Amino acid sequence: MATDVTTAAGRGTVRRLAGSLHRRPRLRLTLLLTAPLLWLAVLYLGSLAVLFVSAFWTTNSFTSQVVKVWSTDNFHELFTTPVFRQVILRSVGVALAVTVLCAVIAFPVAFYTARVARPRWRPLLVVAILTPLWASYLVKVYAWRLILSEGGLADWMLAPFGLSGPGFGLPATVLTLTYLWLPYMILPIHTALEQLPANLLDASADLGARAGRTFRSVVLPMVLPSVAAGSVFTFSLSLGDYITVQIVGGKTQLIGNLVYSNIELNLPMAAALGTVPVVVIVLYLLAIRRTGALNSL
Amino acid sequence: MHLSRTARIALRTGAGLGFAVIYVPLLLVLVNSLNPDRSASWPPPGLTGRWWSVAVHNSGARQALWVSVKAGLGATAIALVLGTLIAFAVARHRFFGRDTVSFIVVLPIALPGIVTGIALNSAFGTVLEPLGVGLGLFTVIVGHATFCIVIVFNNVVARLRRTAASYEEAAMDLGATTFRAFADVTFPLVRSALLAGGLLAFALSFDEIVVTTFTAGPGIETLPIWIFDNMTRPQQAPVVNVVAAVLVLLSVIPIYVAQRLSADTATSSRV
Repeated sequence: MATDVTTAAGRGTVRRLAGSLHRRPRLRLTLLLTAPLLWLAVLYLGSLAVLFVSAFWTTNSFTSQVVKVWSTDNFHELFTTPVFRQVILRSVGVALAVTVLCAVIAFPVAFYTARVARPRWRPLLVVAILTPLWASYLVKVYAWRLILSEGGLADWMLAPFGLSGPGFGLPATVLTLTYLWLPYMILPIHTALEQLPANLLDASADLGARAGRTFRSVVLPMVLPSVAAGSVFTFSLSLGDYITVQIVGGKTQLIGNLVYSNIELNLPMAAALGTVPVVVIVLYLLAIRRTGALNSL
Repeated sequence: MHLSRTARIALRTGAGLGFAVIYVPLLLVLVNSLNPDRSASWPPPGLTGRWWSVAVHNSGARQALWVSVKAGLGATAIALVLGTLIAFAVARHRFFGRDTVSFIVVLPIALPGIVTGIALNSAFGTVLEPLGVGLGLFTVIVGHATFCIVIVFNNVVARLRRTAASYEEAAMDLGATTFRAFADVTFPLVRSALLAGGLLAFALSFDEIVVTTFTAGPGIETLPIWIFDNMTRPQQAPVVNVVAAVLVLLSVIPIYVAQRLSADTATSSRV
């Protein structure tokens, strides 16, 4: 009897609570957003903000202690030191090379999976493109270390032609990064080609265009935004990477390595170096946005 | 578009080559785990299962695996809660700054890992150390959860956008309270999206190395960190080979399950 009364009272409270929540959408929204925003806006954006502010601090060269005095010395050093300039240019070059290579390799693959392969096989082919994305990043880089190592698969395959593999270095880095991010380029191109209306292609053929002309004047302009969308991933993922280059890059250094090597001794310099990829990626995004590619992400 | 026979054959060959390039390295990892030799020279002198049994008893790899699982589960749990909360806020409410919220969610995965890593590292240093809390498994979980939120968010928000809010309204018209409507109507609708999102978030956390490097305390070694540290040691090469092969085999699971759960998750997966 007594328990009945309490559960009834409990039910009443729940009902009142539910009712008051229902009547106050603002309160509901606040309850939904408080915890995640504390996490993302305060913890994450807060630490990012502190990091970028610390790029304007300096360190005591004897103790490596951070000195909280405002100065733009780090950025000045960034643009005047030849090593830094060289590494920054090299990193951007690697990211661009990876993007171009990805686009060139992805196009025929996507064209095949989207328009040439039998429709029955297409979903399976998409899964085949996606699956390697879930294989561990590190394992994939390790695979290329195995391939490119001395006497490895690359050497073995090229030996009949009297050649040897590229070994570890800058070309190996570009190759491995291309391999890593290739699916990110194939997928958007595949989607765009799949959605290409067949009657546009027919119309082009009716007007006398051969396959090559149709490709240049109809297919390419319609697929280009997707290439741009894919390039956002290939470019920004390559620019921030510093693990791959450590594994297959030999002595090659990219921005990430410079950031990493500065963390212990000169955190403000590391922070200043860290802003470089962020700024470059934001500029790249702004440039890409003009093509309308970001809407198709 | 009418492709000539030659063009078709060329495309088929090109695509075949492309798929070969995608899968040969993964197959190589599998074969190499059976390589009796410590070097990676090709072709291997023979095949042996010996290293698999050696690897099973390798305490370093086993410990690292266990740490990775704990970190992944912790990060996934947090990401599920926070990601779902944001997804409901963004999909079911209109408010000032809604676009900004969806932008902030993506940011941790859009920025280079090393930037997120050192930002969290110095924040933990300044905030937690005075409280007597050092870097450890806990900070790894916090770091991983930060970039896993977006995965859950993407999955749940996609599902909510496709299911009309009118189902919940109908339930409430029939006398259900907000909670009852959520438990009986909304939750079953998003359940598979939550599962898919959780699975993908776990996979992402399990694979992460950069943020881990900066948030792990001394003695906390996840599996990727263990592989990275042992990769260049010839002595450990056979065990690394086996661990790598296991990870390749395991990667089929998330894609299979996600594919079965919902069609839209596989393509929106990591992005």
